[in-house]
Amino acid sequence: MEKRFIYADNAATTPVSEEVLAAMLPHFRTAYGNPSSIYKLGRDAQRDIETAREKVAKALGAEPAEIFFTSCGSESDNWALKGTAERLAKKGKKHIITSVFEHHAILHTCEYLEKQGYEVTYVPVSDKGIVDPEDIRKAIREDTALVSIMYANNEIGTIQPIEEIAAICHEKGVLFHTDAVQAVGHVEIDVKKQGIDMLSLSGHKIHAQKGIGVLYVKKGIVLPNLIHGGGQERAKRAGTENVPAIVGLGVAIEAATRNIAEKAAVITPRRNRLIDGLLTIPYTRLNGDRDRRLPGNLNISFEGIEGESLLLMLDMNGICASSGSACTSGSLDPSHVLLSIGLKHEVAHGSLRLSIEEDVSDEDIDYILETVPKVVERLRAMSPVWEKMMKGEKYE
Amino acid sequence: MMYSEKVLDHFSNPRNVGEIEDADGVGEIGNAKCGDIMKMYLKIDKGIITDAKFKTFGCGAAVATSSMATELIKGRSIEDALKLTNQAVVEALDGLPAVKIHCSVLAEQAVRSALSDYYTRQGIDPLPIVGEIREPEE
Repeated sequence: MEKRFIYADNAATTPVSEEVLAAMLPHFRTAYGNPSSIYKLGRDAQRDIETAREKVAKALGAEPAEIFFTSCGSESDNWALKGTAERLAKKGKKHIITSVFEHHAILHTCEYLEKQGYEVTYVPVSDKGIVDPEDIRKAIREDTALVSIMYANNEIGTIQPIEEIAAICHEKGVLFHTDAVQAVGHVEIDVKKQGIDMLSLSGHKIHAQKGIGVLYVKKGIVLPNLIHGGGQERAKRAGTENVPAIVGLGVAIEAATRNIAEKAAVITPRRNRLIDGLLTIPYTRLNGDRDRRLPGNLNISFEGIEGESLLLMLDMNGICASSGSACTSGSLDPSHVLLSIGLKHEVAHGSLRLSIEEDVSDEDIDYILETVPKVVERLRAMSPVWEKMMKGEKYE
Repeated sequence: MMYSEKVLDHFSNPRNVGEIEDADGVGEIGNAKCGDIMKMYLKIDKGIITDAKFKTFGCGAAVATSSMATELIKGRSIEDALKLTNQAVVEALDGLPAVKIHCSVLAEQAVRSALSDYYTRQGIDPLPIVGEIREPEE
């Protein structure tokens, strides 16, 4: 097959769509007013921001007044956790519950809070990558302020039992936050029906630009101001609004949540063909539950090889992908997510994450299925670990 | 992560990959847990390294530094090979990202580990000649 270019890393970021770009462009050169200005140019910008806010609210089943624009998913996570911690500490609640396989925006914020004197319980996940709601119930204490569990995992795509966890939290009078950065636009979300008190999302995962995010905060929950200054975002997060990015996000989320089921119907069979095809390679395993996962996500470990080498070789073949190896995480340890579901270090190093959308065609799938086995074979041929495995020796 | 053209070249077309069946010295360094293992095979004749081959499990930089290290010692004397530093490997590759410098140390130590094995096979204590082999920290 002829060399192709295939972007299979949509969980990392997505391109800005034509529709989003078209909506953003006027806000750079013609509709450039400051939303706080009194004249029409400013009022128009204010109106466009509020339109975007309505679109985001509608996509989540929220009220516009519950939507706050931020600069990214990490900022939203930080605000939700630190803000809740600060508020509820005054009521003597200094305990937070999260899971071991959250995004670092949650985990590192929790570590920071621990240094500030808060207590954090990290509930485990099953070998399929699912949090057990009963573990949350058991972990809740009198002084628990907040439970934060991600909607869908960023590496293995597993979807968490959000409604059950939210129900337990409410029964116990504890606030519930979810990092839904990977989930928005891929699964149906309704914050009211699902009982979500706070939710983080990011624009660039759904074809808006980088540098825009949202924190949904249910009416009645008051977070401390994040940035002090002017009256923007109801004075909660001061600073002149990023109007083009906000307008773009409004259009993006509307488009992303318009036809979730139809998109999944196209992507899921292609993704499953990839899983089945790649699992025919010997000494290979699928990471995360096969069914309770995002439609476009697959995460597979190939024993005997290392992930960064795999990514570089796939890149040379035109395939953009991601891995949980230490080399790609910037530390000596492989992905905490893969370790949390029980993978041994050496197996976690050889993982591959593909995250596809509808633009990855059946022919592209054929190309991936033709390319990956060759690359794996080539890397295994030069791997002393593979050599030992084939001789039946153990590597410790 | 910025790799130089040379690193990418040595990664995509690694020199001297494989094994030497009747090697005079074989060394191995690293562990699978931290994600890098290098195995180095040397053929030595009258104090000259006539052939060098490697197998590596690891990232792009691990493969490239192994490849470059074999290139730098092939045809050279044992004395020259013992003087090979990780810095020389880094320079020959037009640099490495800071987080990948440890790969060049592994390559240097893999060569020393193979030479150490060579002396042991000759019935000579390698320690005074080659020194301690440094295993990577976990």
